[in-house]
Amino acid sequence: MRWGEVVRRLLLIPPTLFGVAVIVFVLLRVVPGDPIAMMIPPGASPEDILRLRVFYGLDQPMLQQFVTWLGQALTGDFGRSISVHRSVFALVLARLPATLELALLATLIAIVLGLIIAMIGIHLRGRRAEWVVDGGVGVLLAIPDFLWALILLLLFGVLIPLLPISGRIDPQLDVTFRSNFYLLESLLTGRFDVANALLHHMILPSLALALPFAALVARILKTSLAEAEDQDYAQIARARGFSRPKILLSEVFPNALIPTVALGGVQVTLLLGGTVLVERIFSYEGIGNMAIDAVINRDFPLIQGLVLTFAVLFIALNLVVDLVVTLLDPRLRHG
Amino acid sequence: MVSSVLSRRSVLQLAGAAALPLSSGLLGGGAAQAAAPGTLTIAYNVNLPSFDPTVGASAVNPTIQSIYQAIFDPYIAQAPDLSFKPGLLTKWGWNEDRSRVTLEVRQGATWHDGSPVTPEDVVWSLQRAADHASGNPIQFVWSKVGNYKIDGNTITGDVLAFEPTLFKWMAFLTGYILPKAYYEKVGAEGFEKAPIGSGPYKVDAFERNAFLRLKAHQGYWGPKPAFDTVVFKFVTDPTSRVAEMESGGSDLTFEIPYEEFDRLKAKAGLVGETTPVSDIAMIFITDVDPMLDRNVRLAAHHAIDKKAIVDRLLKGYGVPIATLEAPGYAAFDSSITVAYDPELAKSLLAKSGYSPEKPVAFKIQTTRGFKPKDYEMIQAIVGMWRKVGIEATIEIYEIAQHYELRARHALAPAAFYNWGNAIGDPSTSTGFAMFGPSPHCAWKGKDLVERIGPLWGEKDEAKRIAGWKAVDKYIAEEGEVIPLFQYVQPIIHKKGLKVVAQANGMILPQLVTSA
Repeated sequence: MRWGEVVRRLLLIPPTLFGVAVIVFVLLRVVPGDPIAMMIPPGASPEDILRLRVFYGLDQPMLQQFVTWLGQALTGDFGRSISVHRSVFALVLARLPATLELALLATLIAIVLGLIIAMIGIHLRGRRAEWVVDGGVGVLLAIPDFLWALILLLLFGVLIPLLPISGRIDPQLDVTFRSNFYLLESLLTGRFDVANALLHHMILPSLALALPFAALVARILKTSLAEAEDQDYAQIARARGFSRPKILLSEVFPNALIPTVALGGVQVTLLLGGTVLVERIFSYEGIGNMAIDAVINRDFPLIQGLVLTFAVLFIALNLVVDLVVTLLDPRLRHG
Repeated sequence: MVSSVLSRRSVLQLAGAAALPLSSGLLGGGAAQAAAPGTLTIAYNVNLPSFDPTVGASAVNPTIQSIYQAIFDPYIAQAPDLSFKPGLLTKWGWNEDRSRVTLEVRQGATWHDGSPVTPEDVVWSLQRAADHASGNPIQFVWSKVGNYKIDGNTITGDVLAFEPTLFKWMAFLTGYILPKAYYEKVGAEGFEKAPIGSGPYKVDAFERNAFLRLKAHQGYWGPKPAFDTVVFKFVTDPTSRVAEMESGGSDLTFEIPYEEFDRLKAKAGLVGETTPVSDIAMIFITDVDPMLDRNVRLAAHHAIDKKAIVDRLLKGYGVPIATLEAPGYAAFDSSITVAYDPELAKSLLAKSGYSPEKPVAFKIQTTRGFKPKDYEMIQAIVGMWRKVGIEATIEIYEIAQHYELRARHALAPAAFYNWGNAIGDPSTSTGFAMFGPSPHCAWKGKDLVERIGPLWGEKDEAKRIAGWKAVDKYIAEEGEVIPLFQYVQPIIHKKGLKVVAQANGMILPQLVTSA
């Protein structure tokens, strides 16, 4: 991807986000489920209902509501949550770091685990044991993240209760943070006991997210390694007397990495989507968990803010992945 | 084929090195968090969206009230059996002609910051609740009294429109006293960040969607809470709540599937308790074809074997009912019955020309998974109906859709719902569910508008309750709604705890003690 392409992609971000905003805004108001209908108490008269509608700005025509919302959004004001009574922007900013830390840890686990499985798989290439690795990868891939979440919950929360199964941090822990990046902050400030407590809570949800991703990384990397290993340059290197580990690590691995990063990058966006259910199951306080509550409560402003946040994350991730692939692949770098 | 020369040792070393950061310090740190002494941990079934108990959707969500009542004091307290008792108000009442209310404020109560609770706080809370601009969803009740005057600890107010249930509302939704001076000082945003109340527990730490940690309020006017610390863990998934109890991560939970309840209560170290709560399952009948035919409505009711549904689908955890008043409600009348009688149902349908061979057809809407076995229950009912000559098709919808359709009077001829009534008054069950002008009513018929209308302003309490009983009898005879059963709440807690179950379904930490 050349710099011109990067600029083009950056210029496409505003119209993409605008399109997402329009779709979400219209869909929320067309699909049955009215936030006011959910909060009207017994005995409320039509006037009482209208007053609530006016109070939350839902009495205006849809177009006018959108224009008002868009005007405010352009100044960084994404409205006020109907259910939480706080600024949507502040709410999302407060919870986004929890999801980012979880997704980052899950990605790290997936990459490490995927690498190990791929290496074991390529090591066993051509042997019967390779089937076991391939079968294991198939199982990891076939089970979705939310099901892994339930399996891990049962396994490590109930049968062998090694790890906490809910929340982001132990409620008994009296600790304050300056930022919402709890893990990062505790690591940077040397509070390793706090970091340890946080990791205890993150390991099960991040594993649930990581396992299918790890399987994908393993499958793509192993296939790419096998293909690259069969290439002439690898065979020539072998003929010149280089050891297989050396050829794999220095010659084959860099080439096999390109398709893995490209496809793995797409998987990171899916992993972010997976946080919605996994955070719910582990009562983890990220934006995924918040999104479910927002939908249940038909909290229009909060849903709009969360969908836009996910959209920004997806776009940014895709851009970063494309840039990384470009850096790794000289053919793309030099056009 | 390339032969493998990558040594087993190098692979193992690579794997070990990669796995080290995952394992070291993570699993070595011990087991799932165990409860600290003096701490009560409750795996709670909903998140806490907002701390202000008087504004927005959470203010009218009955499930959240347990948390609010731990932090804030209602004007009037409620006993476990739904009866009312002194709270921050020690006395309350109408004058002879119901034109004025008198409230007496408790002396010696303090806010969590140590300042005293004053009659000014009470009046400010009532006036704020009555103000349209505050966004209080029950504003229509609070606005019926005004012109408050304070004399010492006594408050008087003029009745602007008579509301017989005013004092009952003072024990429930949005009926909380907030600190005037503190709220005006910090504002709405500041209050959300650092709320204070006068309840038995004060807010110590809050992680949205994760947990709320409370500490005992040392200056509380009532009995000293048994636990120094209470943690509400927001565990919204029922499977996760069950796991919380099994892993020992929580001391108490509720609202779990009945099968899991039976399994958990059989385990050593856990105790299971059930109590009927003020929440009922019902089928709304909308006054559209074919429900305009009385025979069809009554046949639909007589064809349902409620006891079989409770026994087989809810494992016996439910109390069949014939009216919208459950046992314990002020207007409950055990003499009103609607028998399970499929033969009667068949003969009623035959009068209108229907039979199993030529069934009457309509749609029934239901949620799936919103309440225990809701969809399965409707499937069973549809099966019972089919046997007598009713062919119903099931439509599944979300609860949010139900609210919207009901407010637009656009529900299907039959629609499953659950109706809570924490104050146990007939106006908040039969009244709002069956009175045509109410946005929650599906049966808009004039017959009920004429019967219910005069009861709203009835000042004689005995006459009022008798009036509601008569309405309930009429509704049962006309088949204008199908009450199914009263829900039973399953509570699981660790041995060594004593939990006082509330008939309104609340789990109040201040009522949990060591056994």
